[in-house]
Amino acid sequence: MESNKAELIEKIIDALKEKYEDQVLGIDSPYEFLTVSLKQEKIVEIIRYLYDHPDTRFRFLTTLCGIHYPDQNAIAVMYQLHNMVTNQRIRLKIFLPEDNPVTPTITPIFSGANWMERETYDFYGVVFQGHPNLKRILNVEEMIMFPMRKEFPLEDQVREDKSDKMFGR
Amino acid sequence: MEETKYIAIDQARPKEEKQYSYLNLGPTHPATHGIFQNVLKMDGEVIVEAEPTIGYIHRAFEKLAERRPFYQVTPLTDRMNYCSSPINNIGWHMTVEKLLGVEIPKRVQYLRIIIMELARITDHLVCNAVIGVDTGALTGFVYMFQQREHVYEIYEEVCGARLTTNLGRIGGFERDFSAKAWAKLDAFLKGFPVVLKEFENLLTRNRIFMDRTIGVGGISAERALNYSFTGPNLRAAGVDYDVRVAQPYCSYEDFDFIIPVGTQGDTYDRFMVRQEEMWQSLNIIQQAIKKMPEGPFHAAVPDFYLPPKEEVYNNMEALIYHFKIVMGETDVPKGEVYHSVEGGNGELGFYLISDGGRQPFRLHFRRPCFIYYQAYPEMIKGSMLSDAILTLSSMNVIAGELDA
Amino acid sequence: MQTVSLDNVIVSDKPEGLEGAGFFATSLEKVVGLARKNSIWPLPFATSCCGIEFMATMGAHYDLARFGSERLSFSPRQADLLMVMGTIAKKMGPVLRQVYEQMAEPRWVLSVGACACSGGIFDTYSVLQGIDRIIPVDVYVPGCPPRPEQIIEGIMNIQRLVESESLRRRNSPAYKAMLNNYGIE
Repeated sequence: MESNKAELIEKIIDALKEKYEDQVLGIDSPYEFLTVSLKQEKIVEIIRYLYDHPDTRFRFLTTLCGIHYPDQNAIAVMYQLHNMVTNQRIRLKIFLPEDNPVTPTITPIFSGANWMERETYDFYGVVFQGHPNLKRILNVEEMIMFPMRKEFPLEDQVREDKSDKMFGR
Repeated sequence: MEETKYIAIDQARPKEEKQYSYLNLGPTHPATHGIFQNVLKMDGEVIVEAEPTIGYIHRAFEKLAERRPFYQVTPLTDRMNYCSSPINNIGWHMTVEKLLGVEIPKRVQYLRIIIMELARITDHLVCNAVIGVDTGALTGFVYMFQQREHVYEIYEEVCGARLTTNLGRIGGFERDFSAKAWAKLDAFLKGFPVVLKEFENLLTRNRIFMDRTIGVGGISAERALNYSFTGPNLRAAGVDYDVRVAQPYCSYEDFDFIIPVGTQGDTYDRFMVRQEEMWQSLNIIQQAIKKMPEGPFHAAVPDFYLPPKEEVYNNMEALIYHFKIVMGETDVPKGEVYHSVEGGNGELGFYLISDGGRQPFRLHFRRPCFIYYQAYPEMIKGSMLSDAILTLSSMNVIAGELDA
Repeated sequence: MQTVSLDNVIVSDKPEGLEGAGFFATSLEKVVGLARKNSIWPLPFATSCCGIEFMATMGAHYDLARFGSERLSFSPRQADLLMVMGTIAKKMGPVLRQVYEQMAEPRWVLSVGACACSGGIFDTYSVLQGIDRIIPVDVYVPGCPPRPEQIIEGIMNIQRLVESESLRRRNSPAYKAMLNNYGIE
């Protein structure tokens, strides 16, 4: 079972490196979860390749989220894919510049990415090109800031009844 | 003279453009059990298009979690899927335990399984009872809610709260199950199957119920997988994916249970899958009680588990640990971890990035409701309004999990 | 089977008044108050977890129907009491306000749960820190979520308010000034 899993992971890495070696920035396995950091340019192609290739066949999108790294001035987008037949998961991360986070959408491959990308846009301001309906989903539509970025404060700035001194902020 | 006018209007009608009406199934509506809005474009009684709007209960959980130490995030997870909050709590604790690399004793795992299966039963109870209410069968709802009261009493014995339980600690439970808890659990296991059978008899072979739910709101397995469905909605469409079997956690591999799977993915299949899952959960609880091992009720995690009060008052070391835990001076390893559990609605995932500080750097919840609700406009296209209401209630959309 | 005799039937107190053979004279306010307090029709505006505790309160165990609230009204035009249960986000605020404005006088508001009273544990940019920022509230029920017994006590406090309210209160200048404070005409 263990060697089987290691073989599978080897095959996946080989399939990826066969065609897209130059796009790979790093491969790691924190807590036994294969994580690949990639360059942004060909991410949609890579996901389509992983969908079709017989050794990988990642046909299920588990989740998609944004992460803000203020020290690197980057906003990362994390895609987590799942192959239900061999029970293998993979995490792909791309890094986008903080002042202009733009990347193409993967809704042609996975319909489920529609709202997940809208949520990432709502929280971080990542613009997904080609998205059918990119507008805010959870916050009020008139909001101009992107709340999950680290510089945005958590509390409502206009409330008068809660004193920051007493709540240790 | 009047007739000719009407004949002229009648003959002109096919050449006119179709006029659609817009119906707002607004945020406050008795049939949408939760706060979300749908603007329906209707051609008479048939729905042509639907545009959902959510976010009416957005409470910024992911941002709040970045401000709280790990054990303070548990009350937040309660309030996501509030019909089965122990599953969320235990899932979060397991994520942190994975990050820390803690080994959990067998007794804790079996007790956790009992609580999670009880929570799954309550979640499916509400969903099935509400499907009954939406077809007009209000009696089932009253009987099922009474059973929820019995489960609330069991939760109260274990952790002190009824609904938003904040159950357990990182490493296990705060106290072992008392004799009263076991007695209440036994009484529940004797009384609940009788009521469940009665509820089944009311609805499953009921002509009216079957006419209203078979063939309504169906989705094929390929579309469901493309929309990243999980849980009973996916199993009703025919795919047997269950996180408890695919990635067993918390000793689920020691238990013997089947995964019910439907064929068409319509409302009747979803109802039946949830019904059968309740029977399977009862089966698992009985197996767990029979095989319960002896042992400690929590793992040895001195950096996160508060020591008992008697020791804190008498022992210097325990006092120091208590201080360190509450003030947050403990070290946490850096790393990113993803853990998922089978919640009432599907794969509930926690993606945690820790940078070594006492608060998470980033915590993302993979919420099944949010992901499968996007398929709703596709599922109701071409059906009538009453079918759309039934489809919505059979998908078990819980507003807390939708918006987080 | 327990036989019903007049010993174990509890009759509620009658209001003060003059009694005689075949007549009972009291003030109109007291009679109207008595009638209103035992037939409040609530509008359950349930948004989140407190909504599930409300469903438990309406259930057979903690029956709310014995207080006269048998018929829940989801239409504000036909409701007396607006029970706001659960978190109100800023996106939901205008909706709540519209529902309140559609109710006819006399109307009361019961705010159930910590989130509706003051924002609760969600001190964030997207949550309204208490519904009394947009509508006037009569009774607050704290708790997260409050037990059904607490919700029933909230209803009983509303009943006390309903019973003792003057018939002219809704037209008085003080009441109108309070509504103007909230921007409601």
